[in-house]
Amino acid sequence: MQLVLFVLFGLFAVLGGLIVVGNRNPIYSALGLVVALFSISALYVILGAYFVAAVQVIVYAGAIVVLFLFVIMLLNLNDRERLREQFTLRSVIGIVLGLVFVAVTGLTVWAVVHPGTGAAMPLSDVGHTKQVGRLLFSNYLLPFEVTSVILLAGMVGVLVLIRFHGRGHRS
Amino acid sequence: MLFLLIAQLVATLGKIVFLFAFVLTVVPLLVWAERRISAWIQDRKGPNRVGPAGLLQPLADLIKFLSKESFVPERAERFLYNLAPLLMLVPALMVGAVIPWSKPIPPDSWIGYWLSAVDWAPEGIPFQVIDVDIGILYFYALASLGVYGVILAGWAANNKYTLLGGLRASASMVSYELSLGLSVVVVLLMTGTLRINGIVDWQQGAWLVFYQPLACLTFMVTVFAENNRLPFDLAESEQELVGGYHTEYGGIKFALSMLAEYAHMAINSALIASLFFGGWRWFGLEDRLPWWATLLLFIGKALFFMFFFIWVRWTFPRFRFDQVIHLGWKVLLPMTLGNAIATAVALVLVERSGWPLWPVVMAGQVVVVAGAILGSTIQTRRLQARAAAS
Amino acid sequence: MDPTIFRLCMTLSAILFTLGVVGVVVRRNAIVLFMCIELMLNAANLAFVGFARYFGSLDGQLFVFFVMAVAAAEVAIGLAIIVVVFRNRETVHVDEMKSLKQ
Repeated sequence: MQLVLFVLFGLFAVLGGLIVVGNRNPIYSALGLVVALFSISALYVILGAYFVAAVQVIVYAGAIVVLFLFVIMLLNLNDRERLREQFTLRSVIGIVLGLVFVAVTGLTVWAVVHPGTGAAMPLSDVGHTKQVGRLLFSNYLLPFEVTSVILLAGMVGVLVLIRFHGRGHRS
Repeated sequence: MLFLLIAQLVATLGKIVFLFAFVLTVVPLLVWAERRISAWIQDRKGPNRVGPAGLLQPLADLIKFLSKESFVPERAERFLYNLAPLLMLVPALMVGAVIPWSKPIPPDSWIGYWLSAVDWAPEGIPFQVIDVDIGILYFYALASLGVYGVILAGWAANNKYTLLGGLRASASMVSYELSLGLSVVVVLLMTGTLRINGIVDWQQGAWLVFYQPLACLTFMVTVFAENNRLPFDLAESEQELVGGYHTEYGGIKFALSMLAEYAHMAINSALIASLFFGGWRWFGLEDRLPWWATLLLFIGKALFFMFFFIWVRWTFPRFRFDQVIHLGWKVLLPMTLGNAIATAVALVLVERSGWPLWPVVMAGQVVVVAGAILGSTIQTRRLQARAAAS
Repeated sequence: MDPTIFRLCMTLSAILFTLGVVGVVVRRNAIVLFMCIELMLNAANLAFVGFARYFGSLDGQLFVFFVMAVAAAEVAIGLAIIVVVFRNRETVHVDEMKSLKQ
């Protein structure tokens, strides 16, 4: 059952990724990204990471992709940019190298992982979110604080970019 | 063994069917109620011809919608145009899955007997489709998905008014999501659990609204904004944007987008009732009531909040767009952030010193509100001084 | 846990990562490039969660949070840059942003 669901959502994720890469209209790329991210969140649920799954949907699908859509619509890119991308030698090389990478990684994983390796310890589902929180505020306190500084820096950076630039050119 | 499995399956399916039945029953009633209540508030009569007191009006509307031509505007993105109304509806229905509708159905009731609940749920069958570990985050995640239907409906129709409606909606929804999340954080801090069942259980003695009126207020305001209901309905403001993001929709697709809007309203009302107003509990009385009475109690609470939604819509005028953004970022966000910090500090104080919970938590909120009032007064003074200087 | 799921998880992660890389190499629209980078980050996250499950520890899941936070900051800044560039040059086509080369 788990396996079937995993394969199903995995296929959805790959489908979404293909839409991101393959579609010429950036709006559809963004929607493909939503499909991929949502399927990955479903995969997290199957892997027992409920809290990560929820945060995935909240942060990525709820905020980041909306930001993408917002910018695409604001710049009204869908008409002008549609037909400008061509299929070149570079693309062919990229795709071939990509296939090689997938093959190597896949073969390695299938060769190395045997039944019995790794910890069979199941993550208990009850209180799981609490454990994540406890770990976040004990062992990973410093990275957590650094992350908040990064977010602050990002916020300031965006304001500086948009604000001072706009003042110089618009008025 | 197989029988028990089938019984569990039947129980789950029954709950899902109940959820759909609830939404599909309540939405036409809400449409009718909205028109009647708005008429009552504006001293008009409202629809009163079809059926008793106009109750069959939604049915007549439905027949009209179904018999209209289903068209797609020229140059619209056909696929997305057809998809968008569904994208609006699905998150609303999915949120309904985590709401506990009544107390667990006891094994000695007729449903429990019929499904032989004694064998697989001796505590009673929980009347909740899924009891996820992350209940309230699940709600928050799906609420943040609601924006897609609106933004895509606005963009796909290839009309500048719908696009403006969609962009306005996405901007205001993204802004208010932060305050919504922080209000939810306060609920988590108070109850110490993410499961909505646990939150309802916490309110056995007293509802959360008595401890956290500020969080309740901010939650309701942000839910109004997420829902695009009137003080915040800039997405569709009919006087400015013709009809907003669903201007180009007609027939059954328009009906679907309206269904989505009212389903959102119904489910969010049920959620407000469970988070802040005790869910199916009523100050301990629920222990003596049969399960179906608690179900009716809960639905009654939810109906009250649906009435409240309608009442607010026909009482307040619409904000300007800059006012909406100002309220979201400069008023609600600092207030909810302050409330989260104040509540956390209050809880630690209570834990360390053994002081009673209620006065400390309330004191924290009083400080936050006082700070907000002080801040806005200073801001207003400064703006006035600047206006006088220039 | 079932090793098959772990194997599938890692393979899927590799596939998604590759899709992201190929997207960055092939596409020229700056916004789509950003989406492909997001795809790569997500592939890495999937690997983290898979390993967390495999080794039965939560550390992998915590790494995912940090990746997400950095991704959020990165997208905000990146999109701001794209908007600024678009205001100046009326394009988001990365091959046309080469004034430093000339």
